[in-house]
Amino acid sequence: MSTFWSGFVIVISLGMIAACLWLLFANARGAPGETTGHVWDEDLREYNNPLPRWWFNLFVILSAFGVGYLVLYPGLGNFRGWLGWTSTQQLQQNLDTLTARRKAAFAALAGKDIPALAQDPGARTLGRAVFLNNCAGCHGADAQGAVGFPNLTDDDWLYGGSPEAIVATITHGRNGVMPPIGVGLSPEARQALLDFVPYWSDPALDPAKREAGMKQFALTCAPCHGADGKGNKILGAPNLTDDIWLFRGGRAGVEETIMKGRQSAMPAWQNVLTPDEIRVVAAYVYSLAPHPVPPAAAAPAPATPASAP
Amino acid sequence: MNHELVEKNVGWLAVLIAVAISFGGLVEIVPLMHQNAVTQPLPGMHPRTPLEVAGRDVYLREGCYNCHSQMVRSLAEEVLRYGPAGQAGESVWDHPFQWGSKRTGPDLSRIGGKYSDEWHRIHLMNPRDVVPESNMPAFPWLAEKKFGPGEVAAMMRALQRVGVPYTDDEIAKADADVAGKTEMDALIAYLQSLKFPQPPAPANQPAAPAAAAAASAPQAGSAP
Repeated sequence: MSTFWSGFVIVISLGMIAACLWLLFANARGAPGETTGHVWDEDLREYNNPLPRWWFNLFVILSAFGVGYLVLYPGLGNFRGWLGWTSTQQLQQNLDTLTARRKAAFAALAGKDIPALAQDPGARTLGRAVFLNNCAGCHGADAQGAVGFPNLTDDDWLYGGSPEAIVATITHGRNGVMPPIGVGLSPEARQALLDFVPYWSDPALDPAKREAGMKQFALTCAPCHGADGKGNKILGAPNLTDDIWLFRGGRAGVEETIMKGRQSAMPAWQNVLTPDEIRVVAAYVYSLAPHPVPPAAAAPAPATPASAP
Repeated sequence: MNHELVEKNVGWLAVLIAVAISFGGLVEIVPLMHQNAVTQPLPGMHPRTPLEVAGRDVYLREGCYNCHSQMVRSLAEEVLRYGPAGQAGESVWDHPFQWGSKRTGPDLSRIGGKYSDEWHRIHLMNPRDVVPESNMPAFPWLAEKKFGPGEVAAMMRALQRVGVPYTDDEIAKADADVAGKTEMDALIAYLQSLKFPQPPAPANQPAAPAAAAAASAPQAGSAP
């Protein structure tokens, strides 16, 4: 603030306090019983008594508080106040406190791998907080996903469900692209696919349709989704044989997919989350999905036998 | 004091009340109009593109500000959740500013880049499709309406008149920029533009407080 405006603020602020005090003291005295002079309704008059003492004192205390505040805290133009308080500094202090607490919480988890973190209730709580703040917008608060956004609670992974794959997905993001491959096909070829792909997992499907569809599938779709239709985790091409649909399933859904193509993007979080946060949220996600029991953990975890609550 | 003069003369009463109240404004408002922190854009800011201007108009028309603020308060919890605290310089080209005073939904001033365009499209068509517990209304009609010729140029001209540095050239290109775009495309472009301004290429200068706050945000993701 320029010196002029600083002075402007100081002069008016202090002037107002002085004027209030002057008004207060100028009206403090007065002969009790004297009236203001005007008369309503023939004989109604108003006393001009001074303020009661307690009320007068409250005004004085208020003015003293005002002056005290302006001396201690910034308020008078460029004058910083004796305490040197600023909101920016207070914000930084609070952030530092929270960051230190977070560091301590993460320090306790250092060195554990993702499956171990997934077993740790403290780590899961931390991971869940990160998840709700950052991931729930697309994957849902219950992590069950939405149309176009994968369910994380089943064992069907687009890019792999190993701890390393989950961490890589979160860190670097993913871009899934399905080209509108049906546009260039003949109507018969399209028909063959639509008669088959939406019903792949249905054992009751007409074998002739399955065979015709398979033939077309091998030509058109197999490069990404695999000859067996089980998908490709390197490309993020979904498994089409398990009746789990990332976008809409059924004939209409699959037709939309092959005619319009699909684009899905998982943002990269490495610039938003710290590596520690990525580890705990990966552990949380890992803990949501069913896992075949890894051989090492097959032996009962060495939990103290009798102390379980 | 002569009570009668003010009590029996409403004209005097009004004048004196106005004088008394104006002292507050003189101290709290007038000096702000002469401070760079409040009147100058932050480094790295650029005026909105025509499509973003159009989207902002949709944002105002649909009353998004009734539920969404665009100001991160300087509280640790808010900075951890949303990003760097809001600064006055961010809003110098916003007429009117969109700080808002009510949060039924989250603050949007740092929403840009957090979700994909496709997510926003699904979410605006029906928020429940991606956030089942959301109580935000759906805005499906935005996907059908487009902008008339000259409509966006008129918005930009109005902004130019109140001090946003658009050139006449830029305004002339407005129609081309929004050609074929729906109101939803515009709104999404606007939402994706809501970010803390990144200062241009970091020279070897001591970081300004704003930049420091921005730098500390990444390590601040979500409170445990």
